Amino acid sequence: MKASFGDRIFEGINRAVLILITLVVLYPLVYVVSASISDPTYVNTGEMWLWPIDITLDGYRRVLDNPDIWTGYRNTIIYTVLGTSINLLLTIPCAYALARKDLYGRNFITGIFLVTMFFSGGLIPSYLIIKNLNLLDTPWVLIVVGGASVWNLIVARTFFQNTIPRELEEAAEVDGCSHISLFLRIIIPISGPIIAVMALFYGVAHWNQYFNALMYLQDRSLFPLQLFLREILIVNEMSANMMMDGDSMAAMAEQAKIADIIKYAVIIISALPLLILYPFVQRFFIKGILIGSLKG
Amino acid sequence: MNMYLQTWKKQIKRNWHLYLFILPTLSYFIIFNYLPMYGLQIAFKNFYPSQGIFGSEWIGFEHFERFFNSPSFWTIIQNTITISLYELALFPLPILFALAINELRNGMFKKSVQIITYAPHFISVVVVAGIIVSLVHPTTGIINKGIVLLGGEPISFMTEPAWFKSIYVWSGTWQQLGWNSIIYIAALSAINPELHEAATIDGATRVQRIWNINLPGIMPTVIILLILSIGSFMSIGFEKVYLLQNQLNMDSSEVIQTYVYRSGLLQAQYSFSAAVGLFNSVINLLLLVTINSIARKVSQTSLW
Repeated sequence: MKASFGDRIFEGINRAVLILITLVVLYPLVYVVSASISDPTYVNTGEMWLWPIDITLDGYRRVLDNPDIWTGYRNTIIYTVLGTSINLLLTIPCAYALARKDLYGRNFITGIFLVTMFFSGGLIPSYLIIKNLNLLDTPWVLIVVGGASVWNLIVARTFFQNTIPRELEEAAEVDGCSHISLFLRIIIPISGPIIAVMALFYGVAHWNQYFNALMYLQDRSLFPLQLFLREILIVNEMSANMMMDGDSMAAMAEQAKIADIIKYAVIIISALPLLILYPFVQRFFIKGILIGSLKG
Repeated sequence: MNMYLQTWKKQIKRNWHLYLFILPTLSYFIIFNYLPMYGLQIAFKNFYPSQGIFGSEWIGFEHFERFFNSPSFWTIIQNTITISLYELALFPLPILFALAINELRNGMFKKSVQIITYAPHFISVVVVAGIIVSLVHPTTGIINKGIVLLGGEPISFMTEPAWFKSIYVWSGTWQQLGWNSIIYIAALSAINPELHEAATIDGATRVQRIWNINLPGIMPTVIILLILSIGSFMSIGFEKVYLLQNQLNMDSSEVIQTYVYRSGLLQAQYSFSAAVGLFNSVINLLLLVTINSIARKVSQTSLW
């Protein structure tokens, strides 16, 4: 059927608006990539506004010479790998058990989890509990805190409810297969997609986490990458921003100058694992959202 | 009651493996979520670390009174509410975006729009704040270069309190617009295509079909997400606020959560800050319950 004139106009406007939005979203990303490989002089004068000018890897060299970045990278990798493993151990078996319709009290237990989505003790009591558990200023605090998210638990539970046929469980029971061996031998092998989705959601959260580290860590040798990034990108830059309003200190200016050279490179380096993985795994993320939205 | 306990006992005996799967997670939530709720009692106490949460002395609502009477109370509340309303006003944007994407035929263009607009969701809040600070820098930032090019005066966005809320809210839109639209796109794909075929035969235009078929089709999803966002109305993404905050924009940027962090952990006024935090949580809870019951009456869609 031929589209009417009005519909064709609609189509045109719709496309134009979407192109515009996409370009606006894309621009800062392209700018950061270009700035990271351009000579900072051109970046600061605004001559470099889209494509790199006078390509240099000086920023990257300086970032890699910075011992803080290496410390941060190492710590973040440790926190992400161990943290995500704990997340999966706490999420997948529990979600599976809660998905079993024959489990007595499943709604009650789910309720206990759900309450925490809408009410929490808040910042200070959480801090005091962590302190009392002697987790303050240890690597464990970043590995254990955020051990399971209710939202992910519900998403995984929904997945199990919708994909594991009841007959499978009954057959296993008739064969005298215990819940544990059923879970390990049958459920886990067919749950690849949900485990991947969960690992990605939790992994990204660990990688990007900064506030827990800010709250719970004092020891610089334990800092994750994001805390060092904060120093380079925010603390230095803010002081540079404020300088326009009067107080200018030579030391700060010097620091800001170095930050100028490395800030874009450091952004790229910190996001590198996600940048590389994103094109391949983005469909998994979307799948995760879709599973979750089937039944909230 | 006794019968109830007995059922539990019998069930646990029969399915103990399954309960074992739940136990670690349940313990985790009890330690890291329920213990802090128990710890909230310090909001009504004069907490001294040496006396512990339980041993400190009860003083009633003194900390709440002090907060309500503090000079910054109205500034903080006003900032928190203004930013929340600002965000709520932009709540329809991901819906419109999803409706627009849904009108595209499957293909390269649609895919590219989606991949690009979802990407910023994965950038850490530190990096987002860093990008903002760099882009709006008064002398070297590209945005001010553009303003100067168009004949304007450079604006010191980060130190000008009037700009803070817009920077905060719109950078959030930049980061989450695409991602937040996914759930609506999923809801749209579940709409029966026969409805559209029938409407087309009846001569409905595209705009009419969007308005009369797509929008009502995703209404339940919209309502649930609206309830959820109102239920967290007063919890602003304070991680980003804290990063973008400085001495000069503080009048416009201090919200309840950053205030709790500052007075609680940086100045060690544990009880007072716990009281402020509790005040915030209670308002959120009241809002959630209210909006949920309104939604249940008006639209039959609700969380419970």
